[in-house]
Amino acid sequence: MQIPAPFDYERASDVANALALLERHGPESRIIAGGHSLLPMMKLRLARPEWLIDINDLTELEFIRREGDQLRVGALTRHTALLESADVAGLFPIIRDAEQVIADPVVRNRGTIGGSLCQADPAEDLSTVCDVLRAQAVIRGPDGERMVAMSDFHRGPYETAVAQNELLYEVRFTIRPRSGSAYEKVERRVGDWAIVAAGAAVGLSSDGTVEEAAIGLTAVGLDGTVPEAEAVLRGQQPHEDLFVEAARIAAAACHPVDDQRGPVDYKRHLADELTRRVLRRACARAAGAQEG
Amino acid sequence: MTTTQEHAPNPAAGDPGRPIGFGRLQRKEDPRFVRGKGTYIDDIVLPGMLHGAILRAPVAHARLVSIDTSEALAHPKVLAVITGKDLQALNLAWAPTLSADVQAVLVTDKVRFQGQEVAFVVAEDRYAARDALELIDVEYDMLPPVIDARHALDPGAPVIRDDIEGRTDNRIFDWEIGDAAETEAVFAAADVVVAQEVVYPRVHPAPMETCGAVADFDPIDGRLTLYETTQAPHAHRTLYAIVAGIPEHKIRIVSPDIGGGFGNKVGIYPGYVLAVVGSIVTGKPVKWVEDRSENLMSTSFARDYIMQGEIAATKEGKILAVRTNVLADHGAFNATAQPTKNPAGFFSIFTGSYDLKAAYCKVTGVYTNKAPGGVAYACSFRVTEAVYLVERMVDILARKLEMDPAELRLKNFIKPEQFPYANKTGWVYDSGNYEPAMRLSMQMAGYEDLRREQREKRERGELMGIGVSFFTETVGAGPRKHFDIVGLGMADGAELRVHPTGKAVVRISVQSQGQGHETTFAQIVAEELGIPPESIDVVHGDTDQTPFGLGTYGSRSTPVSGGAVALVARKVRDKARFIAAAMLETRPEDLEWEKGRWFVKGDPSAGKTIAEIAFGAHGTVALPEGIDGNLDAEVTYDPPNLTFPFGAYICVVDVDAGTGHVKVRRFIAVDDCGTRINPMIIEGQVHGGLTDGVGMALMEIIAFDEEGNCLSGSFMDYLIPTAMEVPDWETGFTVTPSPHHPIGAKGIGESATVGSPPAIVNAIVDALTPYGVTHMDMPCTPARVWEAMQGRARPPV
Repeated sequence: MQIPAPFDYERASDVANALALLERHGPESRIIAGGHSLLPMMKLRLARPEWLIDINDLTELEFIRREGDQLRVGALTRHTALLESADVAGLFPIIRDAEQVIADPVVRNRGTIGGSLCQADPAEDLSTVCDVLRAQAVIRGPDGERMVAMSDFHRGPYETAVAQNELLYEVRFTIRPRSGSAYEKVERRVGDWAIVAAGAAVGLSSDGTVEEAAIGLTAVGLDGTVPEAEAVLRGQQPHEDLFVEAARIAAAACHPVDDQRGPVDYKRHLADELTRRVLRRACARAAGAQEG
Repeated sequence: MTTTQEHAPNPAAGDPGRPIGFGRLQRKEDPRFVRGKGTYIDDIVLPGMLHGAILRAPVAHARLVSIDTSEALAHPKVLAVITGKDLQALNLAWAPTLSADVQAVLVTDKVRFQGQEVAFVVAEDRYAARDALELIDVEYDMLPPVIDARHALDPGAPVIRDDIEGRTDNRIFDWEIGDAAETEAVFAAADVVVAQEVVYPRVHPAPMETCGAVADFDPIDGRLTLYETTQAPHAHRTLYAIVAGIPEHKIRIVSPDIGGGFGNKVGIYPGYVLAVVGSIVTGKPVKWVEDRSENLMSTSFARDYIMQGEIAATKEGKILAVRTNVLADHGAFNATAQPTKNPAGFFSIFTGSYDLKAAYCKVTGVYTNKAPGGVAYACSFRVTEAVYLVERMVDILARKLEMDPAELRLKNFIKPEQFPYANKTGWVYDSGNYEPAMRLSMQMAGYEDLRREQREKRERGELMGIGVSFFTETVGAGPRKHFDIVGLGMADGAELRVHPTGKAVVRISVQSQGQGHETTFAQIVAEELGIPPESIDVVHGDTDQTPFGLGTYGSRSTPVSGGAVALVARKVRDKARFIAAAMLETRPEDLEWEKGRWFVKGDPSAGKTIAEIAFGAHGTVALPEGIDGNLDAEVTYDPPNLTFPFGAYICVVDVDAGTGHVKVRRFIAVDDCGTRINPMIIEGQVHGGLTDGVGMALMEIIAFDEEGNCLSGSFMDYLIPTAMEVPDWETGFTVTPSPHHPIGAKGIGESATVGSPPAIVNAIVDALTPYGVTHMDMPCTPARVWEAMQGRARPPV
């Protein structure tokens, strides 16, 4: 049994109470939801919060709702709920692709989308997914609610736009017609962090050309998406040559590091290979998607 | 004799589904495990019990300058902080290892591996003990570490073991076996010679339950009760008596339910000794249970063999000789658990299943600044490394000769009529019939169809591989004249008591870590005495309750203790004959045995069951002279030879050409462990071992950086396979009994761990043939497979 450093614990009763507790306990307090990232780090004494504020009772944060052209997902929504949601699968297949390869069922039953995004591990899958879907984060704080685009949400490894006294409330995805998306990950073993993963989302215009494209990579030091690669696709009919070119650019744009999961050249190769694969699938899905 | 028939359930059992002896029987121990009612070390709570925690070195090689424990001692819940200096005063700072070396219990002079034990805190609870570790201030003077075994013997390499007087380098031993000159002559004359460096990287047993102990020293009568995670309670008791000076009769070792051992729980770890010292110092029971990182970083690893292999053959594919030169990384202390005369364990079985003209090997053991140990993880004393080497070499030879690897093996097997077979390195293989096992595995696999599918896939650019391995193990040491551990002969005892109502208790010297001893050994008694296994309790793991013996590792429980239990049951049966004769008022020689009863020859209605005889033994019947009034017996079994189980494995993999990711699609395992006592337990052992094999082949490695930092200190970094990585196992069997074992059984516990890695790697290399790959080392992670495809395969260490 690994034992964390001493800490205190409070269980929040609602969002307002959670925010009040964050305010009261100050910078050494941390929100805990699923706990699958924070607790291991605490047990290894890499993280040493003085206060844990447990938001697992905040069922108001647990929802998947389609409203107009938005899919709204509460921050406390468990991975399993995302994996099993028909709305998610139909509208944003990339989320299901990713959820199928996030950890294992035990982790998915507890882990939350908010926890994943706020932990902001560089090898975290949903960050890439939200990046390529150009999601919006809804953040609540003492001064009310604010919306942050995903491109501004991540501030680097383990850092986000959510201030110490704030709480991620929900994530909003914009539903677009003729869109498709896909995610693919290579890992040493199911449940391991990604060696590399790639995500792509495309929206086609009525003539079948690419109107909107987004490409993201996981675990290779990429900040946000790859605009240069996306530009290659925009306005063009989807074609293997374009995928190859976009993937080449994406692979060149990332900054992998050598580690136990693999050397730099292999990771760059994977960035290339996986980008091609997800572009193919995303475009095929977009072509097959129903109008609106 | 080879048969594919299972032992039929014995009709005498009444219920045809329930065997009275051998056969499928649900494990007797499982009801308590599946209900969460097992008793593991951490479940043991004694009145007034304190908790210990170990401060470990953050660096691999450094001189210890000073330790300041004052702040930790000031912690309100801390009762004691023990350092190397304190142990020196008790003459306990260093303890002998199982390989004639010594190991520091706590650092006194310098740190020799990252994770080494530096100080021990005893506190009122586990949390306080852990917190207090951070209050100990240690100053280190850094030294350059020796991490790569290839450089351990470089001139000028730092001398790790300067504690040993006169030591000027890091060489532990040079050991050789076989005839070097004869082998060289065969190689020189051979048509074909292939050579390959084959690395078996450092891996870890990683049992579910980590190591731990509860020490309870009674200062009044000087008695030590030590609950610990040990696979060898009796050997441990003797060693504690020798090391700590506590009289052996005052030591009781209890090994309760053990959550997996795989060799990890054979040795004596500093933590056990520290729990004892903590109890002596505080006068209270002390519990110490290591966490996962401590287990992975400090307890006995496995393998770490760098093998230069060579194989010689005729151009027609007759294998002539195998030769190898091995560099063995033993870590900072030579703490390998193996028989005294075998510093490289049983690696000399690298001659495999083939009829060779010559064989030779040399093994050089070296110290490095890494955790000590080196034999654990289901390897039958280095049989794993040996089998991996020869099975890789045979595959490389097949490629060179452009022969099918299965055909090459079939061509070179030792023939059934050659058994008992004396190989070129001193083993006498007891029995074997290899071809039927190989053919059965090929038939189960649909070998020809698989090859056809592979050809078709290759034309489409898809990577599919078929890997074959055929292994022969040597398991079940003794005989005691050849094999001992620290002077203790490798024999095992058994005691059997039949109670007056015919229920029985059998006490054994080996200790289950999940193997199912409580079922298997009851079935052996049941088979011999004809009383149902449910009526037989198996007692093990408590030195006060069981006879002396060397314990469970190296697949030796069935070969050695299984023999002991069969013989003790036969002794009881023989004694029962005399008592039955007295009861029936006839002569013993006029009685005939059928399962469960003695009866008068020619008059089957006149007989006595074992239960009746047991009651008679304790009753009022006038017993023959020399027969005690009980139905008890005891034996110590010294096996005449080891047993040589074998098997044929076939693995099918698919490799993603774009990512290098390997999927094990199918795995066919045909095992021959002689007489099959409980096929369900055998299959369970095989399933577990095959899963281990997938882990080692695809993902497991204890890796270090250049400074000696262990990079695999948690399950986030040290990967073990899950259900997602393994296929549905396809198992089959043949039965070739051991001619010398009382019931013809051979060990099975490690067969699959030994046999599966080469099958998987052979399959992967086979899949990569279009890329010109002839070898790659484990672990075959996606990155390493991709590098091999680029022609840049590299050793893992």
